Amino acid sequence: METVIANIASAIPGTTGYIYPNEFELHWSLLIVIYPYLTGLVAGAFILASLERVFKVHEITPVYRLSLVTALAFLIVAPMPLLAHLGHPERNYEMFLTPNTSSAMAMFGFVYAWYLLGVLLLELWLDYRRDIVKWSNEKTGIARYFYKFSTLGATDISPKAIEFDEKASRFITIVGVPSAFLLHGYVGFIFGSVKANPWWSSVLMPIVFLFSAIVSGIALMILVYMISTMFRWKKMDMACLNKLASFLLYAMLVDFTLEALDFIHRLYESEESITILSEMISNRLFISLIVAQIILGSLAPLVGIIMAKMGKVPDEMKRMLYFISALLVQVGIFSTRWNVVIGGQLFSKSLRGLTVYKLELFGLEGLFMAITLLIAPVIILYILVKLFPPWMDKPELDVAAAKEAVAPAKETE
Amino acid sequence: MKNNKPQMARREFLENCTRKLPGFFLLFSSLNTANILAANENDDYDHSAHEYAMGVSIHKCIGCGRCADACKRENKVPREGHYYRTWIERYIIPADGEAIVDSPDGGIHGFPEVKTGGDVLRSFFVPKLCNHCANAPCVQVCPVGATYSTEDGVVLVDDTYCVGCRYCIQACPYGARYLHPEKHVADKCTFCYHRITKGLLPACVEVCPTQARIFGEIGKRSSPLNRFARFNDITVLKPALNTKPKVYYAGADGEVR
Repeated sequence: METVIANIASAIPGTTGYIYPNEFELHWSLLIVIYPYLTGLVAGAFILASLERVFKVHEITPVYRLSLVTALAFLIVAPMPLLAHLGHPERNYEMFLTPNTSSAMAMFGFVYAWYLLGVLLLELWLDYRRDIVKWSNEKTGIARYFYKFSTLGATDISPKAIEFDEKASRFITIVGVPSAFLLHGYVGFIFGSVKANPWWSSVLMPIVFLFSAIVSGIALMILVYMISTMFRWKKMDMACLNKLASFLLYAMLVDFTLEALDFIHRLYESEESITILSEMISNRLFISLIVAQIILGSLAPLVGIIMAKMGKVPDEMKRMLYFISALLVQVGIFSTRWNVVIGGQLFSKSLRGLTVYKLELFGLEGLFMAITLLIAPVIILYILVKLFPPWMDKPELDVAAAKEAVAPAKETE
Repeated sequence: MKNNKPQMARREFLENCTRKLPGFFLLFSSLNTANILAANENDDYDHSAHEYAMGVSIHKCIGCGRCADACKRENKVPREGHYYRTWIERYIIPADGEAIVDSPDGGIHGFPEVKTGGDVLRSFFVPKLCNHCANAPCVQVCPVGATYSTEDGVVLVDDTYCVGCRYCIQACPYGARYLHPEKHVADKCTFCYHRITKGLLPACVEVCPTQARIFGEIGKRSSPLNRFARFNDITVLKPALNTKPKVYYAGADGEVR
């Protein structure tokens, strides 16, 4: 009998068993992997910023503004993979004009617009307003007009006005936390609510998405903070880094526990789909799930951070461990998105066979487009940081200034 | 009723006609009157008076594939690549081991002989198509409402409106949808809506040599579907998902998914 099955399956290269004839094409490609990855980073970075503002974790003040600017840079790119993936991108506005109220996806535009305009931009503007007004007076040429425009006409920087800014900003952050939860929990719901797909259909999906978002956002901020501080020739604030690593550790523990719960729950319930899903994990997702997501992306960074926290390690070593762990976390979370989106399409809904995903290199949904979309937020972040410097360093950590201060002292000798 | 407005003088009326008629003509020619006229042909068709459904008798299907071929012809479904509005699956249930299922080219060219190593308990063919679910997940998830249920119980896609996000394809538990390679919109079986609203049968039903497919209306005593439902044990596919399909199967094995 084995040979017969092999004969039938070999009719279509790459597939095994039986898949419905319309299932040969995978409909949600690499771009749809990138979309939840980017939104996750946005939500995570924002939630991190809110820790400083709402929960008054002052150790992480150096990354507060940087997190918000990073969230903005990634949020600008987040809808692009969706747009590029549409069969008719020119009709995208229909989602705003005639949304189908029963569709989880139709709400995307509104959730996104609310988060971008109602939360993130408003909060950034309130935070930066004093500086923008200052810059609009100091700078010359086009820059001056740019900052003048950015004040939106609100140039009052009296102590009373600043106090109002801070109050409003805190209020928006408080509204922003549930909004960030909504933004990414909602992305999880888009997948979790598809009852036709046993790999996606899970009530835990939005929660798992949310916690993995927090994990990826904090890890991203560790990377952005370390790299930007290095390029700015400043000393790293270890208190801040340690705090970031602690939060990353807590978030990872929760995230890992939730995913393990989901996994055990599926195994224990052992529903109709369990055979094909197990086959998929061992044949198709072994590298991306077992190796990249669990071992490299979860266990290795957990060990790394615990080592740095528990062991008596010099700061230099700690930074190294944090950096590598944060990098591995990114690999892990990207794999998580891959395993959800691509994994959910590798098995047939007949639960009788597996298909393959052939990644194209060029074209709107190809690898190069994906790489472009992953680099784009970094470029946008660079430009934003140049326009609106977010640095909130403590003066004693300024290596360059310290050197300058030492130099004239030597000259006088 | 008395009209108090002063009557238009005949001369004035004729003048108006010469002035305004060319304008009206231009307006109508831009509106693609051909379509309007075509729609008017069926003006006496009352959508709310029908509720279409299909019955499939598995024992009668011989797997000739004529239905799948007719569907491709009638609806201009692309021949190249894997795009099917309807297809036929073959099930071979061995005495021991897992069921073997295949559908080469959707069964359009029939099924090649399979030499099994062991005993075969039974073997049968299952025609598949969109189930036109009363509780359709595709209709629920379409972000713009391009996929919708008609009054007469058919699930359709407006190809001038679909954005091609493919959420409906993910949401369909039956694999009945595909992305049209040229139109870049979701596409699927319409029960040959253009035919049934004129009182004709869907192409697949029309060509079936064994009458394995029965087309009709729910709740009409005179409908062949009524007889089909009276004399068969009926089941639907994946009932646990509560999609309430309107394609009813007679003689479907537990292996059919």
